[in-house]
Amino acid sequence: MNRKSIIAYPYVIWMVLFIVVPILLVFYYGFTVDTGAGAKFSLENFRRFFEPVYLMVLLRSFALAALSTFICLLLGYPLAMILASKDFERKNIMLLLLIVPMWMNFLLRTYAWLTLLEKKGIINSLLSALNLPTINIIYTTKAVVLGMVYNFLPFMVLPIYTVLSKIDKSVIEAAQDLGANSLTTFKKVIFPLSLPGVISGITMVFMPAVTTFVISRLLGGGHYKLIGNLIEQQFLSVYDWNFGSAISIIMMIVILISMGILSKYEEVREGGGLL
Amino acid sequence: MNKKNFTITLLILGIVITLFAGCGKNTDRVTINVYNWGDYIDEDTIRDFEKIYNIRVNYDQFATNEEMYVKIKSGSSKYDVLFPSDYMIERMIEEDLLHKIDLNNIPNYKYIESHFKNLDFDPNNEYSVPYFWGTMGILYNKTMVDEEVDSWKILWDEKYQDEIFMLDSQRDSIGITLKMLGYSLNTIDEDELEKAKEALIEQRPLVLAYVIDEVTDKMVAGEGALAVVWSGDAVAAMRQNPDLDYVIPKEGSNLWFDSMVIPKNSEHKEEAELFINYMCETDVAYRNADYVGYSTPHIEARKKLDPKIRDSEVAYPDMESLDNCEIFHHLGKDLKLYDRIWTDITAR
Repeated sequence: MNRKSIIAYPYVIWMVLFIVVPILLVFYYGFTVDTGAGAKFSLENFRRFFEPVYLMVLLRSFALAALSTFICLLLGYPLAMILASKDFERKNIMLLLLIVPMWMNFLLRTYAWLTLLEKKGIINSLLSALNLPTINIIYTTKAVVLGMVYNFLPFMVLPIYTVLSKIDKSVIEAAQDLGANSLTTFKKVIFPLSLPGVISGITMVFMPAVTTFVISRLLGGGHYKLIGNLIEQQFLSVYDWNFGSAISIIMMIVILISMGILSKYEEVREGGGLL
Repeated sequence: MNKKNFTITLLILGIVITLFAGCGKNTDRVTINVYNWGDYIDEDTIRDFEKIYNIRVNYDQFATNEEMYVKIKSGSSKYDVLFPSDYMIERMIEEDLLHKIDLNNIPNYKYIESHFKNLDFDPNNEYSVPYFWGTMGILYNKTMVDEEVDSWKILWDEKYQDEIFMLDSQRDSIGITLKMLGYSLNTIDEDELEKAKEALIEQRPLVLAYVIDEVTDKMVAGEGALAVVWSGDAVAAMRQNPDLDYVIPKEGSNLWFDSMVIPKNSEHKEEAELFINYMCETDVAYRNADYVGYSTPHIEARKKLDPKIRDSEVAYPDMESLDNCEIFHHLGKDLKLYDRIWTDITAR
């Protein structure tokens, strides 16, 4: 028996106990219904999900997550480029500032936004002290998107930054030597080379955004039920584990499919993608 | 993985499991396991109990009735005393999960106010001893609402658009709507539920947010004018902001109880009864009521409380005014009706 496989045992046990077994349980509950006299195999839970009211929730979750991912990309890509450029001196400080908030608990950061955005919150008190009109976005979709962008932006910036900083500078110099202006260089050289980072960034922002239930509950004031809230509700207040598991399975499948489509666009397999 | 490796994996798994299973249990003193809501007791009273009776208390906390129920039902953990709410006790009695309590072993039971004995969920009072109780009502800010608040209907008044907090809790929010419409909050009549659903959909644009625990903080900060809250939270909020007031609407409301019970799989029923009796001692009940701030059903303990709380209409309303209040019943499968409605309201 070789050494490597012995070292692997703890991980195998870990994965069986905490990944394989739970997933099997989810599948068990998802494909059964509780008849009172015991569990019975059924596809009823899945049929139920395809009712308009639940599809609406799914659609809303995807729309909000896609919007947040898009905004993260718009904001994150330029930031990653600035960080990766050689002549930017304060790079380390910027990186630190980007990462420091992530050391704090996610829930606390979201609560902080609640205090900031409230009707009589810090931002509005400041605005009204300056005689400026106040903003009322708390408990709207805007607040939910803001919360998602704020919380997940680092997950977009870091993978893109890693890929960009690894690009061989001579490739860019070659493009310039051949007469490409900076726009063409970006379009034909830099952006295609950074795609693996962009794809990982999109994946790492989209997945938590589409399943979040804390942000939508705190900043959306419970008005905008997302798929995460629906699942939570099934487990904690209705005690319908079967339906909750079925929704989770559907989510897993939908995410797998969208990841599959995304990875088709990923032509360059090497690079600093985090996934 | 070949066969040999597989055996080793199994072996290691087995060792790990036995290691964990061996934890706890090796003192000669009796240990009882107590399972209560989070932050719902003055923990010093437990330490005193341990000293007086030489019984070790293993104290655990839960956040929802359902969480507690799962542990008991699956039999994965053994407890001796639990503190569930009314409808959950009804369910556990129905499913034969509880021991009958011998009230002869609970002499302090005599201190419990008679209104709180033989309640709907335990009609002959065989299984439970009340611990705390309360109501549900409207908490409002007197500086923002200048009319008299006496009806749930005010939560449907367009004047208060974006000033209303509702609870993000199916049974409670649908329950008060049913009450407003003059129905029972335990109804499973689909027409009545449909009417409640329409009312809640109509109300939705007026609601600032559907919240749970945050509601007291928000009301204290003046973020809203009206909110649906439990009486215990109302007492706490009013202490922090004197502009707030609480009212139980005239259409009636929800009356709730958290009581002490002994689960069937308890191995120390005698000690559990000793513990329940201890919890009903005047001084202990007083210390807990003072610490938790909810309303105690204990006559003598209430007398010892700060007069501000003791005589407060919020914490201790006149029992006659509660005639049209109802206790939640366990609805079983019919709970899905409520879930469907709640999803229809909040998912659109």
